[in-house]
Amino acid sequence: MSIALTLGPTFFHWPPDRLRDFYYRIADEAPVERVHVGEVVCGKRMPFSDPVWPEVIERLERGGKEVVLSTLAMPALSRERRAVEEFCADGHLVEINDVTALPARAGGPFVAGPFLNVYNEATAQFLIRRGASTICPPVELPLATIGAIAAACPDTEFEVFAFGRLPLALSGRCYHARLHGLHKDSCQFTCEQDPDGLVVETLNDQAFLAMNGVQTLSAQVQAVLFSPADLDAQRIRRLRLSPHTCDMVAVARIYRALLAGDLAPVEALARLGDLDLPGTLVDGYTRGAAGSQPVACL
Amino acid sequence: MTAGRRMELVCPAGTPATLRAAVAAGADAVYCGFSDDTNARNFPGLNFSPQEMAEGVRFAHDHGSKVLVAINTFARAGDTDPWRKAADTAVACGADAVIAADIAVLDHMAQNHPKTRLHLSVQAAAATPEAIGFYTEAFAVRRVVLPRVLSVQEIAALNRAIAVETEAFVFGGLCVMMEGRCHLSSYATGRSPNLNGVCSPPEAVSYEEGGDATTARLSGFTIDRYEPGMPAGYPTLCKGQFKAGGKTGYLFEDPVSLNAGTMIVALKEAGITALKIEGRQRGKGYVSEVVRAFRRAVDAAEQGRDPVEIEGILASLSEGGRQTTGAYRKTWR
Repeated sequence: MSIALTLGPTFFHWPPDRLRDFYYRIADEAPVERVHVGEVVCGKRMPFSDPVWPEVIERLERGGKEVVLSTLAMPALSRERRAVEEFCADGHLVEINDVTALPARAGGPFVAGPFLNVYNEATAQFLIRRGASTICPPVELPLATIGAIAAACPDTEFEVFAFGRLPLALSGRCYHARLHGLHKDSCQFTCEQDPDGLVVETLNDQAFLAMNGVQTLSAQVQAVLFSPADLDAQRIRRLRLSPHTCDMVAVARIYRALLAGDLAPVEALARLGDLDLPGTLVDGYTRGAAGSQPVACL
Repeated sequence: MTAGRRMELVCPAGTPATLRAAVAAGADAVYCGFSDDTNARNFPGLNFSPQEMAEGVRFAHDHGSKVLVAINTFARAGDTDPWRKAADTAVACGADAVIAADIAVLDHMAQNHPKTRLHLSVQAAAATPEAIGFYTEAFAVRRVVLPRVLSVQEIAALNRAIAVETEAFVFGGLCVMMEGRCHLSSYATGRSPNLNGVCSPPEAVSYEEGGDATTARLSGFTIDRYEPGMPAGYPTLCKGQFKAGGKTGYLFEDPVSLNAGTMIVALKEAGITALKIEGRQRGKGYVSEVVRAFRRAVDAAEQGRDPVEIEGILASLSEGGRQTTGAYRKTWR
C-alpha cells in the first residue's frame, strides 16, 4: 500500500505574510497529499493568523491538497475553547490535540494528533469509535509499538512524526516571556523572533532543547528515514513533516523520493543534511531509545 | 460545587509502613500504587504487593481513612493486561477509588467496575469544562485531580462550570510542564512518566567532581552545576540550568517545590474538594511530619481561623529547599 505525506501544523509564531507565502508555495509545489493549518501552541497568536487561513485553505484546495484544521493543544481561556468548538463544527477534517475538542466533534471524523495520549490499542479503538480516522501517536512511541497498535486497528490510518523538531512538552508558563522578564499576559510576542524556536543549550554548550512560547521542542531535528517496506511492515500509512524555515518543498521531495523507492534512506539522510536545518538529525524514539540519539536506522 | 463541605486531605504512601504513618498522622485518604509500571512512581523498593494493598486498605478502613489506588501510567501496546489486572486487584482489595489517566484503564473500570469510584489522574491533564465533561460522561469519573498550571481564580471558574469533585496539589514536587504530556525525560534518557512511570530516572544520573564545581548530568546532558560547598541537587530535567538567547539560568523553573499551604482557604473557596500532598517516593518520617502539619492547617482553615496562624503551622516545613505557590497565585500569567 502507498504511504502518503502530511504537512503538520506550524508550531511557530510566523507573521501573517510569512504564513501566506509559505502555504502558497506548499500549495503550488510540495508533493504532499494533506496539509494541516491552524494555531496549535498558543491561543494568543490566533488573532494574527486567523485572517490568513481562509485564503490559504482555498489556495491549498485548489492545489489538490486535503486540508485539516488543527486545534489548540492546550485551550484554556473561553475564547480559545470557543475557537476549538468552531473548528470542530467546520466541514473540514479536524485534528484534535486535546480532549476538550472530543465532545464538540460528536462522533464526526478527526485526526488524533500527537498531543493526545494514544499509547495502546484499547485507547486507539475507543477514539476510533468516536470518529478518529487518522492517528498520529505521541512522538516518544517506538515504531514497533505504533505497528502493534495499528495491527489492532486495521481500518485506521497511522501516521508517524517523521521530520522536524520534536514537540516534547507544553506548559502553563510561557518560556519566551520568562526569558525576557515579561508576564505571559503582556508577552509582547517575543516568540516571533525565533521562527524555528530558540535553542536551549546545556551549560557546556551542547544544543539540547528549543523553546517556543509555552512549548518546548527538541533542538535536534527528527528524521524518520525508513524504506517503504519497513514502514509498511509497521502498517504506517502517513509520514508527517513539521514546518520549519528550511526549504520544506525540498524536504517533501526528499521524502517523496524515499517513499517511491527512488532514494535509499542513507541518500535521503545526506540530502536532508544538505539543507539549512535548525539542528542535527535524530531518530532514537523510533527504536525505543532516547529521542536525542542520532539517526541510525539505515 | 462542593464548597462548604469539609476538605479531604489526600496523602502519599510508597510503603505499608508509610501508609500506617500517614493514617496515624491524620490523612483522610492515602494514595498508593502496585510495585510495577502501572503507577507513576515506579521506583525500586517502593509500592505495594496485592496482599500489602489488601492489608493497607483494611488498616486504613479500621482507622476511618480511605485508600485510593493509582494506576496512572499508560498501558503498554500489545500488553495491556497488567493494567487491567491492576485495576481488578485494586477493586478486589477494597480500594475506595482508582486513580487513572489512560482511556484504556478508565474504560476498563467503567465497563467492569462501575461501583468503584474513579478519579481522573493529574496525568490526564484535564483542565477545561469540556475535557472534564468528556471524562465524566464517558467513564462516570467522580473526581478530577487538577493540573498544576491553573491559578486559584481559574480553578474557581472551572468548578462553577463542572459537576464533579476536584482535587488540588498543595505540597511536594512541582511539574511545570503539563503533566502526562511531557516527553523531556525520554528525549534525554529513553524513559518517561507515560511510558515507564519515571522522570529523570536515577540510573541516568551521574555526578562529576571538578576542581571548581560538581556537574550533574542526565544521560550525558549537563543539567546543573554546583559551586564547592553548595549542596548538589537532583538533576530533574525541567529544573536544570541552561543557556538561551544570551542568558544563563533556570530557564524553565527554579529548583523549587510546591507549598500552597497559605492557599488552603482560597482553594476551599474556589470549590476544591480535596488537597493532595505529593511524595510517594518519600520516607515515613517525612510523610508523618508533612501530614501532621497539614492536618492541623486544614482543620484550622475549616474552623475559619486566621491565615497567619495557618501559615505559622506550616512554617516548620519550609526549612531546607526553596518553595513556591506555583501557578495558584497567577504569577505565571
